[in-house]
Amino acid sequence: MQITTTVNGTSESRDIEPRRLLVDFIRTDLGLTGTHIGCDTTSCGACTVLFDGMPVKSCTMFAVQADGKEVTTVEGLGQNGGLHPVQEAFKQHHGLQCGFCTPGMMLVGAALLDANPNPTDDEVRWAISGNICRCTGYMNIVTAIQAAGGDGS
Amino acid sequence: MYPSAFDYSAPGTLDEALATLAEVGDEGRVLAGGQSLIPMMKLRLAAPGHLVDINGVSELSYINESNGHLAVGALARHADVAASDLVSNTNGTMASAAPWISDPLVRNRGTLCGSVAHCDPEGDWNSVMLAVGASVVARSASGERVVPITDFVVDFYTNSLEAGEMVTEVRVPKYAGSAGGAYLKLERKIGDYATVGVATHLALDGAGNVAEAGLALTSVHPHNLKVTEAEAMMVGETPGADLFAEAAAIAARSCDPDSNVRGPAEFKRAVVAEYTRRGFAQALAQARGEG
Repeated sequence: MQITTTVNGTSESRDIEPRRLLVDFIRTDLGLTGTHIGCDTTSCGACTVLFDGMPVKSCTMFAVQADGKEVTTVEGLGQNGGLHPVQEAFKQHHGLQCGFCTPGMMLVGAALLDANPNPTDDEVRWAISGNICRCTGYMNIVTAIQAAGGDGS
Repeated sequence: MYPSAFDYSAPGTLDEALATLAEVGDEGRVLAGGQSLIPMMKLRLAAPGHLVDINGVSELSYINESNGHLAVGALARHADVAASDLVSNTNGTMASAAPWISDPLVRNRGTLCGSVAHCDPEGDWNSVMLAVGASVVARSASGERVVPITDFVVDFYTNSLEAGEMVTEVRVPKYAGSAGGAYLKLERKIGDYATVGVATHLALDGAGNVAEAGLALTSVHPHNLKVTEAEAMMVGETPGADLFAEAAAIAARSCDPDSNVRGPAEFKRAVVAEYTRRGFAQALAQARGEG
């Protein structure tokens, strides 16, 4: 089936089977390997992408559903060759260790800050509650997302 | 993990969706949020021959009030329900359940009607719907049926839809008098299924006695369990701790939980009893305008 979707601002057309998962379309067909496959069972959030701006699990959608839609992956977060404020804050505040959950955490963080530039600790924890991190204990992830909001300090 | 191959169509209107469902018959499955269906297909527990994706049928994404009912369309996401002022102002049981459905990413995609149709005994919404006396609107190319939720939930993953039918709406009665409700859920972590979930609903008559009581349980029975014995016992009685303790005892002995990774059966029965007491206490406070 022929689909055309906009990924990180670029229009992509491919002929795919309906059962192609969105995450595999992104990683294999488009070569964007920043989107990770963790549990593959809708539990961990490592495959999070923004689908028309909304964080979703790309292992639990078919690529055909992205026809005519906009997808943002971690590769599309930064603009004009620079890091997104959330990426910069993860670097500054040591918001990652192994890095496996990090693309999903940053995309959820960026979507949260779009809606709420100054989230409380609880609001950040609620927003990232569908994304599992096995290294950090979440402290620095929360700190980084908060630091990227508001005045960006 | 990959599902079996299937045919796919993405209609733009409800009429087109119903025409396709009529054509493909038993092989057809509606794809709404897909947050239960796609994992089941990946595990090959489900292998529909034809998916009818209704995500483009925007006429079904409503939450509104009509004819004394709160109506939730087939494309209203859990996140929409959680954010709806209409829901929070009209139904305490639904409002308290919505933020605890799975996790935020799943809530952005999954739908209330899809969850109701899925009939997973560990799903939260069917307990809520059993407690509040909801109905399900089933449409096909040849017409529409309104099915009481008690007739819709047949068993473990089994609803009473016929081939060619889909759920287009879930309807919840709006109570004219004082009413309240709660959904209390014990879970190991956000996104896990409930260890125990208890939905309570209470409507009071003019004298402050129980006009209507609703009680249903999640994850402690082969299907979502409506505790009709407790509901009937409460009607006409004075609401309070004694009555709620009696209902709790009935609930605990009516359910049939498994001992599993989420805890032993006796523990789950104890939680059912405690959450029944607490849930009705919250429902009462809300009905009296104290909650």
